[in-house]
Amino acid sequence: MTQNVSPPRDSAPKVPSAGEQPAWRAVLFRADVRTLSLLGVLAVLILIGGLTKPDQFLDTRNLQLVLTQASVIGVVTVGMTFVIISGGIDLSVGAIVALASVWATTVATQEYGFAGILFTAVLVGLGCGLVNGVLIAYGGMVPFIATLAMLASARGLALQITDGRTQIVTVDSVLDLGERDAYVLGIPPLVLVFAAVTVVGWLVLNRTTFGRRSVAVGGNAEAARLAGIDVRRQRLYLYLLSGLCCGIAAFLLIVLAGSGQNTNGNLYELDAIAAAIIGGTLLTGGRGTIVGSVLGVLIFTTITNIFALNNLQTDVQQIAKGAIIVAAVLVQRRTASTT
Amino acid sequence: MAPEPPLLSMSGITKSFPGVRALDGVDLDVQAGEVHCLLGQNGAGKSTLIKVLAGAHQPDTGTISWRGEDVTLRSPIAAMRLGIATIYQELDLVEHLSVAENVHLGHEPTTAGFVVRGRAARASTAELLQRLGHPEIDPGRLVGDLSAAHQQIVSMARALSHDVRLIVMDEPSAALDPDEVDNLFRIVGDLTAAGVAVVYISHRLEEIRRIGDRVTVLKDGRAVARGLPAKSTPTSEVVSLMTGRNVEYVFPPRPDTPRVAAAEPVLTVENLSRRGEFAPLDLQVRPGEIVGLAGLVGSGRSEILETIYGARKPDTGRVLVDGKPLRPGSVRAAVRAGLGLAPEERKAQALLMLESVTRNVSVSSMSRFARAGWIDRGAELGAARAAVRELSLRPDNPDVPVRTLSGGNQQKAVLARWLLRGCRVLLLDEPTRGVDVGARAELYAVVRRLADEGLAVLLVSSEVPEVLGLADRVLVLREGSVVHTAPARELDEHRVLDLVMEGSPAS
Ligand SMILES: Nc1ncnc2c1ncn2[C@@H]1O[C@H](COP(=O)(O)OP(=O)(O)OP(=O)(O)O)[C@@H](O)[C@H]1O
Ligand SMILES: [Mg+2]
Repeated sequence: MTQNVSPPRDSAPKVPSAGEQPAWRAVLFRADVRTLSLLGVLAVLILIGGLTKPDQFLDTRNLQLVLTQASVIGVVTVGMTFVIISGGIDLSVGAIVALASVWATTVATQEYGFAGILFTAVLVGLGCGLVNGVLIAYGGMVPFIATLAMLASARGLALQITDGRTQIVTVDSVLDLGERDAYVLGIPPLVLVFAAVTVVGWLVLNRTTFGRRSVAVGGNAEAARLAGIDVRRQRLYLYLLSGLCCGIAAFLLIVLAGSGQNTNGNLYELDAIAAAIIGGTLLTGGRGTIVGSVLGVLIFTTITNIFALNNLQTDVQQIAKGAIIVAAVLVQRRTASTT
Repeated sequence: MAPEPPLLSMSGITKSFPGVRALDGVDLDVQAGEVHCLLGQNGAGKSTLIKVLAGAHQPDTGTISWRGEDVTLRSPIAAMRLGIATIYQELDLVEHLSVAENVHLGHEPTTAGFVVRGRAARASTAELLQRLGHPEIDPGRLVGDLSAAHQQIVSMARALSHDVRLIVMDEPSAALDPDEVDNLFRIVGDLTAAGVAVVYISHRLEEIRRIGDRVTVLKDGRAVARGLPAKSTPTSEVVSLMTGRNVEYVFPPRPDTPRVAAAEPVLTVENLSRRGEFAPLDLQVRPGEIVGLAGLVGSGRSEILETIYGARKPDTGRVLVDGKPLRPGSVRAAVRAGLGLAPEERKAQALLMLESVTRNVSVSSMSRFARAGWIDRGAELGAARAAVRELSLRPDNPDVPVRTLSGGNQQKAVLARWLLRGCRVLLLDEPTRGVDVGARAELYAVVRRLADEGLAVLLVSSEVPEVLGLADRVLVLREGSVVHTAPARELDEHRVLDLVMEGSPAS
């Protein structure tokens, strides 16, 4: 840098300050490094899958299956990402998925057909989200505790409704959605729903006031309040959003399994949180991306699939997932500090 | 000074951050027992330089020698071992720990190497606080419960808890009132008399004159003048070195009062009080008027502003805008009615540190750029650019994260937020804390211009000349009560200080 004379303030405002361009590029570059490294991991996994089980892994049906499985947890993760960005946590997502899926598949609900099942799933999700949100935003409860309580009660209620039995879906229009005939250009409808949720989630986070407010609340709640944001209402909305995503996921699961079960959604909370974290969302709030979270979900689902194809046990899978979380966070810290 | 090697000598220090060269070959010599002042505009690199000295940043190039020997300061601990203690610009205390625990953090007195001797820690803390002239601070209290001024004292106690030879103070006086500043200078005097060197950073040039021995001026990451005599260099010379131009350090002219006095008040405060914070208060601010609240730190000024703004719920009284009462204790109601607050603690109360300048600036006016919740980012960026330019915030690229701005520029970002919102009543709490001389004059001009356009301003500042120079009318507060009200031109600094300290209108 040569002698940088400060520009005359009134005129010539377009004198670029020292290094304006590089700073701008650095920001872009950093965002890219994160996404690129996740894409890189995914590519490596696909390579491993292709090399170890070439016929089975790359088979269209298998890829469709992987994407379908990713869809259910993926929708949950989009909601979870918003909650974590705002500085919260939702431990009850798996339990809400379970409760919504069994409530929507009781004999009584199934009488109302497709719409009955869909609306019940969504309403149960929203209802649980509402309870979480009210307890946290207006009851002053810590998100961890409030959603832990919801986890326990929703699972309990789900067990009570089903009595531990699997509730088979008899509504054909619902079951048809999972059939090959319903695929659009080879893409299962469930995956299309996931794609739509992802796109909407991205737009909401990056292009709307709702997204901005969520980030602000997570970044500095007191500053957000003094800037005139209704922090409590925003928190309520965020848990409602997470509940809504759980309701949608429950419906996808009903289509996928053709049934509702109280054991559905087991450990979804951990998978969703893990996917968001490896996607670059800060657990302390204030920063996160939808693209990162979705890539995190795809990475996890692909690993599970490869392990299953290679007949490796779930314990090995869990260890591998743990290692990936640690590695991803370490890589991100590096890229964040060196760029 | 004696021709022996200086205590500290830094030479050719460079340090770059992504896209910014914060230091570009800086030299600094400090002698034992002197007060060496570091001056420069916001973003000149002062804090970066002292962070290099504190071992908190590693320089890209350059050498540091300590008592004639080259050293590498790999970490803050390495610097502390040499006897370099630093009081940072942004306080770095742990709120949930007690005063004593903070003071001894990292070097707790222990038995057998790991059992912390709490009593010994408290006793030595009490002794340090005594030495600093603040025996009333209880070493057992949580730091989060202390006032900003007391937290500053705790930071100082922490620095002194080490065996120091050089102590660096980055804008220590910004949060202090005149009394406290005198106390600080007494401590500095004691230290230098004992042979300790002090590196002192401040934007208040009169302080430099009072305690400084030599001055180094930084501009855009370079030392443009080194070792100037602090007492005899003319202010105009220092200022033009800092800014590269001549700044008339004057307040903008006041408009004729009759026009303002004729208007209906936009902000009316009736009988507002909070127990233990401030006594029932009545005040009115008219469009175009700047009303100043003068008083010591802890006299309830910030609490008053926050209560008017709805961030605290009043015990009695109400706030009216245009004659319509606001819902008490609701920030949203206040913001909707056109109030804006630039709070005292910008880091804790105003800024989203991870976010860009644009988003920090637009956060209160998002709905202006949004249709049905959808943000028009082009319009947002354009407006943020304009606000940033208006305050000459640097760097002038609004995409950079606020975290990377220098202290004074962060303050400007907070002001830009309310500039952009275009509010009707602006509550300013210490608006120029940490803002450099040149930018100050610009800020004053902006505030006055906004007032001329019809904005009502309520200003709180610990700097009496600022209140007197900028405000039309001044309310003097002491311990939560208004002891005097007068047009600013009928008051002078001495009179205000007397009122503030004794509270007895001596005429
Ligand atoms: N961590 C960082 N990342 C990127 N840029 C930084 C970082 N820290 C400082 N800078 C940049 O380095 C320059 C010097 O900043 P510094 O904080 O040293 O200024 P200063 O002289 O202390 O200003 P002030 O009077 O406002 O406190 C500024 O342009 C600032 O934006
Ligand atoms: Mg600084």
